[in-house]
Amino acid sequence: MQNKSIAQMAAELRLRTYSSVELTQHYLERIARLDPRLNSFISVARESALAAAARADQAIARGVAGPLAGIPIAHKDIFCTKGLKTSCGSRMLDNFVAPYDATVVERLAAAGAIVLGKTNMDEFAMGSSNETSFYGPVKNPWDAARVPGGSSGGSAAAVAARLCAAATGTDTGGSIRQPAALCGITGLKPTYGRCSRWGMIAFASSLDQAGVLARSAADAACLLDEMAGFDPRDSTSADVEVPDYVDALDDEIAGLRIGLPKEYFGAGLDDRVAASVQDAIKEYERLGATVQEISLPNSPLSVPVYYVVAPAECSSNLARFDGVRYGHRCAEPRDLEDLYQRSRAEGFGTEVQRRIMIGTYVLSAGYYDAYYLKAQRIRQLIAGDFARAFEQVDVIMGPTTPTTAFPLGAKTDDPVAMYLNDIYTIATNLAGLPGISIPIAPVAGLPVGLQIIGNAFQEARLLNVAHRYQHVTHWHQQAPTGFE
Amino acid sequence: MQWETVIGLEIHTQLATQSKIFSGAATRFGAAPNTQACAIDLGLPGVLPVLNQEAVRLAVRFGKAIGATIAPRSVFARKNYFYPDLPKGYQISQYELPIVGEGWVEIVLDDGTLKSVGVTRAHLEEDAGKSLHDASLRGGGYTGIDLNRAGTPLLEIVSEPDLRSAQEAVAYARKIHQLVRWIGISDGNMQEGSFRVDANVSVRPLGQTTFGTRAEIKNINSFRFLERAIQFEVERQIDVLESGGTVVQETRLYDAERDETRSMRSKEEANDYRYFPDPDLLPVELDVAFIVDAVADLPELPDSLRERFHVQYGLTEYDASQLSMTRELAQYFEAVAQASGEPKLAANWVSGELSAALNRSELEITESPVSAAMLAGLIHRIQDGTISGKLAKQVFEAMWHGEGDADSIIMDRGLRQITDSSALEAIIDGIITANPEQVEQYRAGKEKVLGFFVGQTMKASQGKANPQEVNRLLLEKLAPR
Repeated sequence: MQNKSIAQMAAELRLRTYSSVELTQHYLERIARLDPRLNSFISVARESALAAAARADQAIARGVAGPLAGIPIAHKDIFCTKGLKTSCGSRMLDNFVAPYDATVVERLAAAGAIVLGKTNMDEFAMGSSNETSFYGPVKNPWDAARVPGGSSGGSAAAVAARLCAAATGTDTGGSIRQPAALCGITGLKPTYGRCSRWGMIAFASSLDQAGVLARSAADAACLLDEMAGFDPRDSTSADVEVPDYVDALDDEIAGLRIGLPKEYFGAGLDDRVAASVQDAIKEYERLGATVQEISLPNSPLSVPVYYVVAPAECSSNLARFDGVRYGHRCAEPRDLEDLYQRSRAEGFGTEVQRRIMIGTYVLSAGYYDAYYLKAQRIRQLIAGDFARAFEQVDVIMGPTTPTTAFPLGAKTDDPVAMYLNDIYTIATNLAGLPGISIPIAPVAGLPVGLQIIGNAFQEARLLNVAHRYQHVTHWHQQAPTGFE
Repeated sequence: MQWETVIGLEIHTQLATQSKIFSGAATRFGAAPNTQACAIDLGLPGVLPVLNQEAVRLAVRFGKAIGATIAPRSVFARKNYFYPDLPKGYQISQYELPIVGEGWVEIVLDDGTLKSVGVTRAHLEEDAGKSLHDASLRGGGYTGIDLNRAGTPLLEIVSEPDLRSAQEAVAYARKIHQLVRWIGISDGNMQEGSFRVDANVSVRPLGQTTFGTRAEIKNINSFRFLERAIQFEVERQIDVLESGGTVVQETRLYDAERDETRSMRSKEEANDYRYFPDPDLLPVELDVAFIVDAVADLPELPDSLRERFHVQYGLTEYDASQLSMTRELAQYFEAVAQASGEPKLAANWVSGELSAALNRSELEITESPVSAAMLAGLIHRIQDGTISGKLAKQVFEAMWHGEGDADSIIMDRGLRQITDSSALEAIIDGIITANPEQVEQYRAGKEKVLGFFVGQTMKASQGKANPQEVNRLLLEKLAPR
């Protein structure tokens, strides 16, 4: 059941082969039985999921069902859900229930999707291993001693373990693609502005983008069809026409021009991961694509630029968590200063505090020009690199991460080593471009991701290119032992 | 030593939009606490601002009214600081690229001369909420927060340090106050906080070209307090300097009860606001059509109107400036002037009887029970000699109390002047006969007695006698035989 594609589930629900209530119960049962091994959910919405499933069944019976009617999914706990706790992986919001739905949540609900629960994540999406969550680390379904990646680690692990049909995620520097790669699933980060940020708790507003974690490009297309589009409540959402992503999946890719950035294949890349990526590229050549080396000369600067821009924005975005109106408030504050200091010191974990401090520093008088302004200028250069590359090629391919999933605790004491895990994913966020990670041949039993980067608003092309590969390979169908 | 005062003002004026600058919540004043604060105003997680186009339109109108350049591209920035009534921990404002660039206004100084005052910039921003420090709240130890005002659109208007006295500062503030109401971008209500002034004040030895260290006096909400606060601050700074001290750069508060300014925080304690462009909002890019449309219905501005009143109607500069204080008053005056064809009389009546009556009843000109047409009707009757100026005041009173227009009141009360010589002669003859002693005195050269006869005649005619005619007849009849 849980290995069927979303299209197949949707068809069988319509044929009444099984009901949405049955399908939902099936997933709830799997979550109850299997998630204690993973910790991928922060909250499970059993009652509301079953109620929604019953409504979906009625809608199907009346013939008025939306495209995703009855399909059980999960939301990263960064998306506000009306009446259901939205913690953002933080003690700060452990008591927070949003009075409204995020646009992405609203649209998927309108399409008939059932929300099984909210998935675990790095606190405020700050992390690459899901170890910064207040709710404890998520374990990689392929090896419970290893991280699932982050920050959408809960969504990635839940999808890989077949605890939901698909899940939403957000990607600020790789937070969809990196965990998708480490968990052996498909993760799509759309173009900045493609999906509304309304109701998505902000980490770094100019980089954050909602996307999908799914078992295949085809499944991802089903969700993106519903999530994408202009939202008047988000001034930065793009008023650009949304194509039919499912329709484009089978488009021909012969003649596709693939660019391989030489900077993505240098020092730091695990040889075995590199070999797996090369194998996948060869598969594309067999499908009629041509390959050429390109250069993204400024990409080595993307990690330092990111760690100026993202903390700067986060230091401001997280100022609202002050213990005054909602969220964690310290006990018995002596005065206002004490209320602020203790509420924030208690409510935020170490990594969040580190980034707030970095961000506060780089925006301070006397440092702004040297850090923030300079970083913004380099960001333009990085975007320029991509613009030039896309004059020559249709898509850019490379590894999603330099290594496979690393052991829990391996990098928690070394933030910089942790940050370098996103070395191949960050540049696309800085340039606002879409990227997808798909599973390719594993290394020593651990998943490896191929990253495909497209030009702005080329999600249909990315899903198509990913789908054609998945059409002729089976890596995306492999499930971790114990979760088949 | 001779000291020169240097003042620059920052004026926050609330823009008259229906909804807030970044949310759909209403901006109405006086609602129960926190009933006009939506998720965006509360700064809930995940909410995003969307710019209110009307606020932009109103800012553009102001820019045009002060002859400023309107920035084709302006940028919202975040001003970061913690305060309980600042829900997001930052205020969305404009910093490096404001919507309105350099402009100027003219003020009339006490001696009647005009002075041009530079406006450095004007930018859009959101207001914060209100902290209620009420000792009785929940048994004490709590501060209440009302976020109804959070997100209210403000235009911050920053002047050049062109002002040289408290009086000039007040004249400038009044000018801006007049202007924002004139062009309909703000109600300017100072009690409700729709118009608040920060004053940057410094002094320097007369002749010195560099500025002295300034203090900023925050949040002054009346013109009287503005004048007193500046006066106090100037004296304080001069005292400090003359006793060998130095003025520190700081923020001060004016305490109206004690009539003094007090230090609020020094430069060292000042926030580092860590401004940066707000990534939630796109730069505001204005096309020419939007600007043209925004200013299409701008009314004639007070300066030009004042000049026109002076030239076209021959009013004194003072009268012209008084009558162009508000757009409504100017419109009223002009309607009376044109309908009556007597601009000077119109000016006297509008700034005299009418203004006094309005003040007594605490009414706005738009609420006047005497319409412009009615006042013009009265002026007509003065002009054509139907009634005397003195009786006209009586007629005005009656109009004010709703007894109808001038003609019907004159008719009903029989106030028409007696200009008929035979009727007047009969009255005068009677008075002359009854007062032989006074006639003797007059004829003996005591000309002052004429006043007695005029008075008696007016009394006998119940004030209806035409004074010129009475004079003429008395002179004739009292002349020595």
